[in-house]
Amino acid sequence: MASRFGGLFADRQADRVVPPSGFTATLTVLASGAMAFLAVFSLALSLAAGRLADRWGSELSRGATVRIIAPQDQEEAQINAALRVLDSTAGIQTARRLSSAEQQALLSPWFGAELDLNDLPVPKLIEVTETPAGFDAEGLRLRLAAEVPGAILDDHSRWREPLTQAAGRLRILGLFCMVLIAGTMVAIITLAANAALSANAQVIQVLRLVGATDAYIAGAFVRRFTVRAALGAAVGIALAMLALALLPGAQDAAAILTGLSFAGWHWVLPLIVPPLAAIVALLATRAAARRSLERLS
Amino acid sequence: MIELEQVAYSYGDGALLSDISLQLAPGSFHFLTGPSGAGKTTFLKLLYGALRPTSGYVRLFDQDVRDMDRDAIATMRRKVGVVHQDCQFLDHLPVDENVALPLAVAGYERGAEAENLAELLNWVGLNHRAAAHPAELSGGERQRAALARAVILSPDVILADEPTGNVDWDMSQRLLTLLIELNKMGKTILIATHDLGLIRTAKSHIQARVLRIANRNVQLAGADL
Repeated sequence: MASRFGGLFADRQADRVVPPSGFTATLTVLASGAMAFLAVFSLALSLAAGRLADRWGSELSRGATVRIIAPQDQEEAQINAALRVLDSTAGIQTARRLSSAEQQALLSPWFGAELDLNDLPVPKLIEVTETPAGFDAEGLRLRLAAEVPGAILDDHSRWREPLTQAAGRLRILGLFCMVLIAGTMVAIITLAANAALSANAQVIQVLRLVGATDAYIAGAFVRRFTVRAALGAAVGIALAMLALALLPGAQDAAAILTGLSFAGWHWVLPLIVPPLAAIVALLATRAAARRSLERLS
Repeated sequence: MIELEQVAYSYGDGALLSDISLQLAPGSFHFLTGPSGAGKTTFLKLLYGALRPTSGYVRLFDQDVRDMDRDAIATMRRKVGVVHQDCQFLDHLPVDENVALPLAVAGYERGAEAENLAELLNWVGLNHRAAAHPAELSGGERQRAALARAVILSPDVILADEPTGNVDWDMSQRLLTLLIELNKMGKTILIATHDLGLIRTAKSHIQARVLRIANRNVQLAGADL
């Protein structure tokens, strides 16, 4: 008997004053698990969008293209003129004319490998790479317009910026989803805690009769809900990480879809979800307990 | 120890108790009688701070209830053991854990009072029922378990609300014997009861003051008891 009696005083065992079962227990575990699952996906979305934005930003910003559209007899002269301008422009590391074979390779996905470029009025391309400091795109455009009338500079910013912006907003959206998930979790756990406290009004009455303070009563309920939320979240993140790990590998063609996962040390980040869920549950239950104890006094 | 001065209590517009002045001295033994609905339970609740008077003041262990918050009253209540007619247990816990509940909420170390608990259960004759749950106990066993819980912190005052209401004559005598033993240990006892036979038996063993609630007031009962 002494050992069973002693168990009541262990911190964990003191929570035995709260009856062990009830729908609120299941609700808390399930809600916490579901929210953690969604939180991990939101986190993965946010991080994947961030990676995509960085890649688009860094890779594409290092390159530019000059197109030469000129009558055939002036083509070579304009290409050479453009190369001279580019070679003498500060911030440009290399300027290289693409060979016919390279241009054909670029167009082959659309026109097939047998395409003869000589049959088409395809502009000639010069591939430009920048130094880390970059070049003055507007200045270069003005020089090309003056010296090489058939040259058009494309520094990719026209289509790169909207993509980078979209990826950046997707990242913010992912973080916002996590805030919404946390808010929803607070609401569900508060409801569950309120229901549990109301259902256990008799327990609270008995505890008060024997001299329990509000902190003791609230603590018993708070610990119960915190543990359940942490357990539910642990199961939720385990399932979410398994689902992410089983997604197909990343491919450039559909990076936003197949890249929805974690990379490197980011796989550690979901592990903070259960402690966060426990903190959310602790704060929500404590607030609910205080209100309920005030109401039941 | 417990002092009431011109205490009144009302539920809404209806006055239930008024102008009650009373002192419970240390080591005294009291009975409180009166018809059903007269306010015996309300009076007891005023004595252990579960209710606050509408007017007047209740002083518990030299502290005015009006100046005490919920936690202060909870802490003070550890000095007042209360036995209700319906006992009020945590039904999911076994008898020994229910009896030990005041120790747990008072923050006693694990197992520190295990020996005392065993002795206490033995004293009320429930050591063989320690592992049973409250629903498995008879009326008399429940009352004895409630009494054991009320005294486990060795309170100075024990308040019992109809403790013999659900038990037979033999069991009521046994409970009375336990309460008289506690009084002989120096505890202040107040028992609210309808049971005049219980009062007469007690008065044959100890010096007890009998109070009667009548006309919303508490008066000393006559010699007919």
